[in-house]
Amino acid sequence: MNTALKSVGDATGDARNPGMPLDLEWVASARANRSAIERRAATIGTRRTVKKAHQAAWLIKAISCMDLTTLSGDDTEQRVKRLCMKARNPVRRDLLEAMGLGEQVVTTGAVCVYHEMIQTALRALEGTNIPVAAVSTGFPAGLSPLHLRVQEIKESVAAGAQEIDIVISRRHVLTGNWQALYDEVQEFTAACGDAHIKAILATGELGTLRNVARASLVCMMAGVDFIKTSTGKESVNATLPVSLTMVRAIRDYRERTGVLVGYKPAGGISKAKDALVYLSLMKEELGRAWLEPELFRFGASSLLGDIERQLEHFVTGRYSASFRHAIG
Amino acid sequence: MTIAEILETMEYGTAPESASEATAWLERKSRQFGHFINGAFSSPDGGSYFDTLNPADGAVLAQIAQGNAADVDRAVKAARKAQIAWAKDGTARARILYALARLVQKHSRLLAVVETLDNGKPIRESRDIDVPLVARHFYHHAGWAQLMDSEMAGYVPVGVAGQVIPWNFPLLMLAWKIAPALAMGNCVVLKPAEGTSLSAILFAELCVEAGLPKGVVNIVTGDGATGGLITEHDYVDKVAFTGSTAVGRMIRERTAGSGKKLTLELGGKSPFIVFDDADLDSAVEGVVDAIWFNQGEVCCAGSRLLLQEPIADRFIAKLTARMERLVVGDPMDKTVDIGAVASEVQLQRIKDMVAIGVSEGAELIQPTQSLPNQGCFFPPTLLCNVETSSTLAQEEVFGPVLVSMTFRTPSEAVAMANNTRYGLAATVWTENVNLALDIAPKVQAGIVWINCTNQMDAASGFGGMRESGYGREGGREGLFEYVKPAFLSTLKPVKPVAVAAPDGIATSGIDRTAKMYVGGKQARPDSGYSTAVLSPKGALIGHVGAGSRKDIRNAVEAATGATGWAGMNGHGRAQVMYFIAENLAARQAEFAARIKDMTGCNAKAADTEVEASINRLFTYAAWADKFDGAVHAVPQRSVSIAMHEPNGVMALICPDESPLLGLISLVAPAIAMGNRVVVVPSQPHPLSATDLYQVFDTSDLPGGTVNIVTGGKAELTKTLADHYGVAAIWYHGPLEGSTLVEQASAANLKRCWVNDGKARDWLDNAQGEGREFLRHATQIKNVWVPYGD
Repeated sequence: MNTALKSVGDATGDARNPGMPLDLEWVASARANRSAIERRAATIGTRRTVKKAHQAAWLIKAISCMDLTTLSGDDTEQRVKRLCMKARNPVRRDLLEAMGLGEQVVTTGAVCVYHEMIQTALRALEGTNIPVAAVSTGFPAGLSPLHLRVQEIKESVAAGAQEIDIVISRRHVLTGNWQALYDEVQEFTAACGDAHIKAILATGELGTLRNVARASLVCMMAGVDFIKTSTGKESVNATLPVSLTMVRAIRDYRERTGVLVGYKPAGGISKAKDALVYLSLMKEELGRAWLEPELFRFGASSLLGDIERQLEHFVTGRYSASFRHAIG
Repeated sequence: MTIAEILETMEYGTAPESASEATAWLERKSRQFGHFINGAFSSPDGGSYFDTLNPADGAVLAQIAQGNAADVDRAVKAARKAQIAWAKDGTARARILYALARLVQKHSRLLAVVETLDNGKPIRESRDIDVPLVARHFYHHAGWAQLMDSEMAGYVPVGVAGQVIPWNFPLLMLAWKIAPALAMGNCVVLKPAEGTSLSAILFAELCVEAGLPKGVVNIVTGDGATGGLITEHDYVDKVAFTGSTAVGRMIRERTAGSGKKLTLELGGKSPFIVFDDADLDSAVEGVVDAIWFNQGEVCCAGSRLLLQEPIADRFIAKLTARMERLVVGDPMDKTVDIGAVASEVQLQRIKDMVAIGVSEGAELIQPTQSLPNQGCFFPPTLLCNVETSSTLAQEEVFGPVLVSMTFRTPSEAVAMANNTRYGLAATVWTENVNLALDIAPKVQAGIVWINCTNQMDAASGFGGMRESGYGREGGREGLFEYVKPAFLSTLKPVKPVAVAAPDGIATSGIDRTAKMYVGGKQARPDSGYSTAVLSPKGALIGHVGAGSRKDIRNAVEAATGATGWAGMNGHGRAQVMYFIAENLAARQAEFAARIKDMTGCNAKAADTEVEASINRLFTYAAWADKFDGAVHAVPQRSVSIAMHEPNGVMALICPDESPLLGLISLVAPAIAMGNRVVVVPSQPHPLSATDLYQVFDTSDLPGGTVNIVTGGKAELTKTLADHYGVAAIWYHGPLEGSTLVEQASAANLKRCWVNDGKARDWLDNAQGEGREFLRHATQIKNVWVPYGD
């Protein structure tokens, strides 16, 4: 088992999570009161709102924090290429110009695909700063042999993926085997090397918010760069209460270690308004730093289309139609 | 700012709610409003108006009529005239209340905007909290109007309710007052707070739209003097007041002896207890809901933060960080958390209180953000290093000001929580259900929130203990504040007992001078005097101790210390009470003879009284474990448990009619519910009481549960009514005694239940026993327990 902790950061100050020894006492002390969390979650979107130019800016921000995703059995190279082109040009140029962003490079935060599509995506994104993220470790169930899951990470990294979205073994959470979860995630983290690692908790399968909080802490202790809610394949994916629980774990981790870990809600976020609420959540609970793709991503496939329509409405004052925007 | 710039700062920007509809409404009314009396608006009798301001910018919103005696009189008379017809048909009332609920929803945004303009609270709160709760209150009580005939059988409306409400939740407090009053067939004269009358006026317009009959609701605006005219009007049968403890006390004093029913919902200094196993991040949000909701201008605000030592520093750090994110500003902005304090006067009071706190050594924590340049704004404030002896740990601030203290153990948390004259609400944060349900009954508060704060609903009663007032608003418990037993109006005045002149120095065989009964022991009167007890014909039949202030002091001390009885469960109390009944039955003939000697009644009547007394004891022994609470059906995912809790130490001033049965009728329900009592028996006929000592002694009644002090009724009553350690007092006697009790009770706002000079027929079970007595022997505590994992 590789227990070496990653070195901290590079010259740009982009510090990565070095991880820490598993602190079972801290894990056990994690609390998550569902009713209270739901009440707070319900007021995130009513206590804060953005209008007009602010709303437009926040929607652009949402795009830059988006992992534009396709994870389907029927993905083809052409399909992935089309998605990548959308990632490069997520908003119609005339709209960007009307918003005074003609000079700005507006792209999505990443493109997220299966291993087989990494090469295709890399080619299609050549000349951009858009990283390719690959789901890995027997996504979505994570029940293939451990050595194959580790090998899958290594091959994806070798293929050029800059970000790896791993899935955790839910059984380790459900059986309370935190050591096993820690060891597994640490091994995945080591396998990622310089590639950033996002740990998918599959919160819809963890039973309780307390488990979500505990699994979040263990993954961060094991050195992941991001914690992520869902594969998109569970029956319940990203929700605000789950998100609140996870971002509070991130805040706790920062309070105790000084390390900033990123957050990625995935699955079920398809409306521009929802995206704004998530951004408010990040700003309120974690702060301004978490409104950048380095620390915040949406995993989404259909969200972009709704954002484009809202942006056109902002620019023209007319409600838009989906066919006026390129599909991804 | 350009979009590119916003992308850098990622600020929220502003999101102002439009005031145009509200402004148009004000303009349509030429920004001047009269009283709403008998279904129409009319100019004030005195012709004078005062300005109502927007506290966020100081602008004059409108002119409000100043009500005088003639206005109030006209309104009360209109209400009185309308009441008889209004009381007739519950279904008709239900339909109109239902229509009012729908109209509130239909005009919800206008109501919210008017409220925010007038009061300064954030539009988010008036829109998402106040107005929806108002609609809910009318819906819920429409149902009670429908059900009154079946569910409140035996009760009739009180009549005209005079209601005076505060400025912190102008429309919501109106709903809490008007909905139950109307549902139970009363008519109302309501005075909104001077500075926040607009939403009440708008509501009056909705009353017209709903087809409410003329005179059922009357809104008279004005200052405190107008309020006094309403609460003291002869034709007002019921007074309901929400506001400061000082004014509540004054109302209690001034309405004493008037026979008016009274509910008071007053101040608080509510504890917010965080145990070391709590979800701390959620508890921090709880604090936000507790003290930074409505600018902290909330009577039940959790203003005393009690932290268990292991988590205290971490919690303060989290809380301080959270405070940085609270936005104080224009209440009409949808992104604002804390709006304007309601008035300059209130702002100054908050500033003064905080200055006192700092001068007493508190550490001041406030966020770094700046406040708007104009308007009445005050930042969220936390004062650490506060001790229980600090002014701010005891006095209500009524602003966004929190003080924090630490505790070591659960019992210390309870002791600190209860170390206050108030008793409105309490909040407990712990993930341990055992701890939560252990603490909830131990804190002196009308509402206990577990892992949540400021949760409210029409189905769950709201109201306090101690100097936070009495009565409940909401739920079935709240309905009883607006009804009275139907038989009350048939009662005749108490007949004074003719005291005969002694027929010379008589001998009564063996000397048996009864002493006081204090703490389970017979105690000589402190005065060293005894009083002769004479038969109606003047024959000496015994002596009793002449009780004084000191005996009362000792008796209350004994009762206070008799915690064993309060801790005993209902089953256990029932066993003791059955035992008392059996031991009394064994001496039935002796007790009957004593009654005959004292009152001169015939043997059959005396025997009947003893028989009824034994029965009554059996009845309340039966009740001891059956006066169940309730679980209210609130819309939140929460169990809302309405628990009956004993008042604590009660004073029982017994009637002269039926000297044994009258006493038993008061003592039995009180002790059945777990109270400890200090009893003043009939002054002319005290021997039935003193004969009971031996019955109690042989019945395993723990010492101090029942204490009996004989002597001059007026003096003993006054001492008990004055006593700060007595939580409730029941009085039966001449009218002036009722007046005295209600007046003196204002000192600590003890719960009074007096006979208003009327005599009950103690032999009639409908008048002499039952739920009415049990309700007065208890207070309802609503414990909110949200669930879900």
